[in-house]
Amino acid sequence: MKLTLKIWRQKNSQTKGKFEVHKIEATPEMSFLEMLDVLNEEIIEKKGEPFAFEHDCREGICGTCSMVINGQPHGPMALTTTCQLHMRHYKDGDTIVIEPFRANAFPVLKDLVVDRSAFDRIIQAGGFVSVSTGQAPDGNSILIEQDVARDAFDAASCIGCGACVAACPNASAMLFTSAKVSHLSLLPQGQVEGAKRVKKMVAQMDKEGFGNCSNTYACEAECPKGISVENIAKMNREYFSAMVSTSDK
Amino acid sequence: MSWISNFLTSSLGKKLIMSLTGLFLITFLIVHLAGNLQLLIDDGGEAFNTYAHFMTNNGLIKFLSYGLYAFILIHIIQGILIALKNRGARASRYAVTNRKSNSFASRNMALLGLLVFFFLAVHMGDFWYKMKFTNELPMVAYAGIGVEVKDLYTRVNMAFQEWWLVAIYMLGLLALALHLWHGFQSAFHTLGLNHKKYTPFIKAVGKIYSIVIPIGFAIIPLYFFFLKN
Repeated sequence: MKLTLKIWRQKNSQTKGKFEVHKIEATPEMSFLEMLDVLNEEIIEKKGEPFAFEHDCREGICGTCSMVINGQPHGPMALTTTCQLHMRHYKDGDTIVIEPFRANAFPVLKDLVVDRSAFDRIIQAGGFVSVSTGQAPDGNSILIEQDVARDAFDAASCIGCGACVAACPNASAMLFTSAKVSHLSLLPQGQVEGAKRVKKMVAQMDKEGFGNCSNTYACEAECPKGISVENIAKMNREYFSAMVSTSDK
Repeated sequence: MSWISNFLTSSLGKKLIMSLTGLFLITFLIVHLAGNLQLLIDDGGEAFNTYAHFMTNNGLIKFLSYGLYAFILIHIIQGILIALKNRGARASRYAVTNRKSNSFASRNMALLGLLVFFFLAVHMGDFWYKMKFTNELPMVAYAGIGVEVKDLYTRVNMAFQEWWLVAIYMLGLLALALHLWHGFQSAFHTLGLNHKKYTPFIKAVGKIYSIVIPIGFAIIPLYFFFLKN
């Protein structure tokens, strides 16, 4: 199939970017990233500069392949990362617009690559768990109700890809932060520092320059792991209760 | 007290203020509509004018009304500040956006809120201001109460003979309906109340509320425009 690609080209975070138009011949069995690999090889053959894009595991679990495809982070398929998106979902003659995740807190480093270290700093702000969690068998020795374990696991399935920020009209990081807060606060090992953790993580999230959540739920709609906005409500509860119940300022 | 300012200026604290003031305004709308439906009683305005006299002179109502003004102002100012910050959080805009991932109302809460605010300015300038701060309204006496009261009913009747004012009301109420369509369930979500167990119920009540209340208000100008001359 013949496709027209409009891809974002930006030298670095200081310069302004623009779209470049490329024609490419793709096959239905290619993944989206393989299609971009083919494009880059063609560009390199012509002594051009290939497009920079992030990728790692290519099996939908690392959360690295960040790009916005026709206005949707990770493209049009629900619960699918870019690397798991296949060209069979496109047809001959389609035009595909590929942009980087856009948010002030995620500055573009080059082309489609953005700096998502703000997420790392939110996680770091949460701090360590003081309980010795031991080895894997020790974890299994603490009995946890099935529905609690399920909710914690659902929250923990967040891969930190940043699609929630990219999809949010306000570039808010609430879905990510709330998934991390929920996942730890549901389990006994994480409950000891629960109140402190939510305060610190929210403070760091605000510091990083993400927008405020306005409950549009675009994050949930675009999340490749189906993280529920119920986690945001849970974080709100945890935060309000931590604010009125802890003695530190 | 640094914790409380930290709390209320955090992104979650700001949302909490929007949610609580919003829920207060939602309950106010019910009271306001219940009172104003007395305009539909065909008694030459006795019931409504007596009610309006009570609402402007009762001490407790006066006291509550200052809270209402404060909450309206906080909701508007806070809402504008949040919307500006949110717009600023993405300096470089997308070339293509997907409109299916969220609702029109949820994306445009600030715009809809501003439309409601402009409507409110027209609405309050026409009735509230004239009732409270001027002597423009004629006085009328009823057997039920000893004193003469201001004839707001006649003023309402006059105002709603203008087609353009009725049109402004319809547009203002449409904006209100859309604002409530998202705002009602959103306020509960912000408070931390979102769970499979009861959220479908909150959403359903919110949708019914955001249709029924604005229609209830819309009936009043339409009644005067088409049926009263």
